[in-house]
Amino acid sequence: MKSSVIVFPGSNCDRDVAVALKKFQIKNQMIWHDETNLPKTDLVVLPGGFSYGDYLRTGSIASKSKIINEVIKHAKKGGLILGICNGFQILIETGLLPGVLLRNKKLRFLSKNVFLKVINTDNQFCFNYKNRDIIELPIAHNEGNYFANDELLKNLENNNLIAFKYCNKKGNIEKNSNPNGSSNNIAGILSTKKNILGMMPHPERLIDPLLSGEDGSILFKGLLNSQ
Amino acid sequence: MLDPQGKVVNQTLKNMGYNNVLNVRQGKYFEIELNETDKEKAKKIVEEICKKLLSNIVIEDYTINYK
Repeated sequence: MKSSVIVFPGSNCDRDVAVALKKFQIKNQMIWHDETNLPKTDLVVLPGGFSYGDYLRTGSIASKSKIINEVIKHAKKGGLILGICNGFQILIETGLLPGVLLRNKKLRFLSKNVFLKVINTDNQFCFNYKNRDIIELPIAHNEGNYFANDELLKNLENNNLIAFKYCNKKGNIEKNSNPNGSSNNIAGILSTKKNILGMMPHPERLIDPLLSGEDGSILFKGLLNSQ
Repeated sequence: MLDPQGKVVNQTLKNMGYNNVLNVRQGKYFEIELNETDKEKAKKIVEEICKKLLSNIVIEDYTINYK
């Protein structure tokens, strides 16, 4: 399994995710946004951060980067793409994932741990969560309020394209456990072919039991075994 | 479509006593200078710029004024 982490000006989780990939024996390379060539890769990671200082709209400038054309080609060939936090915002602005990420409902930057219910384990990112469907991961964002209209929500729900939903400790998906106002408590979604995952929580920050925990490790371990 | 910032501005105006304010939506304003003398061509270019970059047409509308 080979991965490429795309680095934009203002990315700040690029090295964290590189450490996570390396820890689970995924061969990773860092790719600067200005490159026009994407070396052979199985997985593209769009990391968290504040690409271009969140100018215009979060992720919008990054979505017009030179390398993005290659990322879109990779997606069309069925290659894997993981977008975390700002990476999710970039995927939305690129049009590779539907919907929109608005400012958090209470207009506050949120930085805390949340509980998530893994809704779809039938994909290459989440299949390892089969035996552990309530997990805890950190969020750190200002624009994570996922909005989809009724038609899109129905499409996401009926086609099982929701990867994660915010829930409480017991796994109940309720209004009180929704940190940012997202439609249907959505924290992460998949593309129709399930080769693209966009998520607001940060799995790369929970990969070491000494520091934090291992709920993120499960995702990266799964990726190594998925091909 | 929820506009959290607009909602807060609306509430603040109400708190200030402007009870006849019904709704507030917050947006962005861009000034674009073009090197193009043909008005129709200019319109077409700006229209394209709005669609491709400046607005997210899923949640935002845009209007264009020419000087």
